[in-house]
Amino acid sequence: MTATLSAAHDLPAAGEERRGPARLDALEISAWFGSTQVLDTVSLSMPPATVTALIGPSGCGKSTFLRILNRMHESIAGAQLAGEVHLNGVDIYTPGYRVTHARKRIGMVFQKPNPFPAMSIADNVTAGLGLTGRKISRSDKASLVEDCLARAGLWAEVKDRLDRPGSALSGGQQQRLCIARALAIGPEVLLMDEPCSALDPTSTRRVEETIHDLREEVTIVIVTHNMQQAARVSQQTAFFLAEANTPGGIVESGPTTQIFGNPSDPRTADYVNGRFG
Amino acid sequence: MTIASQGGPVTPRRTPRQLSPGLEPTDRIFEGFSLGIGAFVLILTGAVGLFLGLESIPTFRHYGFHFFTTVDWNPELDKVGIAAVLLGTFEVALVAMVVSFPLALAFALFISDYAPKWLKGWLISAVDLMAAVPSIIYGIWGFYLLKPHAMNLARWLSQHFGWFPLFHVNTDPNAAVWQQSQYTSSAFIAGLAVSMMAIPLACAVMRAVFDQAPLGEREAAMALGGTQWGVVKTVVLPFGKGGIIGGTMLALGRALGETAAVAIILSPAYILSPRILQSGAQTTSGLIASNFGNASQSQLSALLTAGFVLFVITLIVNSTAAFVIGRSRSGAATEI
Repeated sequence: MTATLSAAHDLPAAGEERRGPARLDALEISAWFGSTQVLDTVSLSMPPATVTALIGPSGCGKSTFLRILNRMHESIAGAQLAGEVHLNGVDIYTPGYRVTHARKRIGMVFQKPNPFPAMSIADNVTAGLGLTGRKISRSDKASLVEDCLARAGLWAEVKDRLDRPGSALSGGQQQRLCIARALAIGPEVLLMDEPCSALDPTSTRRVEETIHDLREEVTIVIVTHNMQQAARVSQQTAFFLAEANTPGGIVESGPTTQIFGNPSDPRTADYVNGRFG
Repeated sequence: MTIASQGGPVTPRRTPRQLSPGLEPTDRIFEGFSLGIGAFVLILTGAVGLFLGLESIPTFRHYGFHFFTTVDWNPELDKVGIAAVLLGTFEVALVAMVVSFPLALAFALFISDYAPKWLKGWLISAVDLMAAVPSIIYGIWGFYLLKPHAMNLARWLSQHFGWFPLFHVNTDPNAAVWQQSQYTSSAFIAGLAVSMMAIPLACAVMRAVFDQAPLGEREAAMALGGTQWGVVKTVVLPFGKGGIIGGTMLALGRALGETAAVAIILSPAYILSPRILQSGAQTTSGLIASNFGNASQSQLSALLTAGFVLFVITLIVNSTAAFVIGRSRSGAATEI
């Protein structure tokens, strides 16, 4: 256990080979904001190199669950949680496990694109290296920028204006820039919180293609309100629900084809067929 | 088609139409009211400048450019100039800014990004309260509490950095029985007292802008594995640039014009000396305050001219700041 922990703390230097997709297991997660409980003993396994979709009506706790997976939840005042999150078998909430380290290994893309507006497109991509205290040579930087932008499906559109500000891009391009920025620090898991809800259909399709292309190299967990999107991009789906004044939880989880084609719980069937929520 | 049937022109009409302005009557009343208030403030400022400018004419006629180069202020001998007080003003302001800027910036960052939630509200109130304390209080505090200790710091500075003209004092700093009187009542100690009142002012403005840094960008930096300092460096400081400049300029404006605290601490001396640690200097506002009561008509004009120069300098400083902020990233700018 100790050996695993210390090994997990060694990060590969920038530009070195990526470590590949990791397995993420949430064990009996409960969460509170102040005295309000929003999640009750939720467990979910997210296998490596798989896209897991979290679906459910608003306020069911799926975004909170996602933010617990990379320790963003605790940045909110009054937020508390119980349970464990295992990254390749190691609990990221172990005392002494550094929160910055957990976030380096488990990247996140937010609902609203949030590139750093004062930075150029290229500097946005490599911003994470500076933030995590890693130096990189000029030539390595150029190749890293191209590599990450290509993997995020943005390279062709921006390769001639890498020194322009990131905020000058369209919403969909900004979101893919944020994906490239998250990829640049070599995460083993990528969390996406409704990444397409602020985007038009064409941009949404481009981001979905990006998710599809990334699946082999990074484990993806995506929160979405769009049933078709969940069905298109994910291999596994978990349906969250918070019924009248009770904390949220998972009603049903399993292969996406089963959740959408032959759900075992009638509430899941009602939701995926658009009868509520 | 419809146009043709109505007997109108058949060609498409491309000239822009006259649109009726969209404001409702109640909006118009408020618009007029707020425009009036805004115009009044501008007119008032303009009138002050105009008044001072007009009153300065006799002085400029009489002394010409020598008004700026004469060191003495001696109306009896008809030798009147603001060279010494301008230098003194800048020396006090320089000390105040060098001391207050890093402290205000660090404290603003502490409140916005590091202080625990329960402490934050208290600190914000405390800073606002400090900004509201009358300057005479800072002056008394500076004279009775700060001066005896700052003297030792001044001596230490002149012992170790005396080779630098700014820190040189015309006495032996290493003497066993050192001449304390040479270190009291200096621009340095006056500047320290002014910095204490500039800090809360600058800090309050900076903190308010830092708190406005977008949560989305903060979370982006955190989610990339950034430390709190990483968030500050990547998001808060670039966003808060306008607030940093605005707060600093506000503090500089106060430092240039501060009168009461400076008058208590400084012993007036009309000399052109770069030695900020040495006792004796005078500022423009101090000159006006100490001579205004018993001034003759021609003296009064000379004092108002000194005030006019200070007014113009402050105006230039603030306009420069507004220009710099206007060019920096939009959305993060602040009014000064």
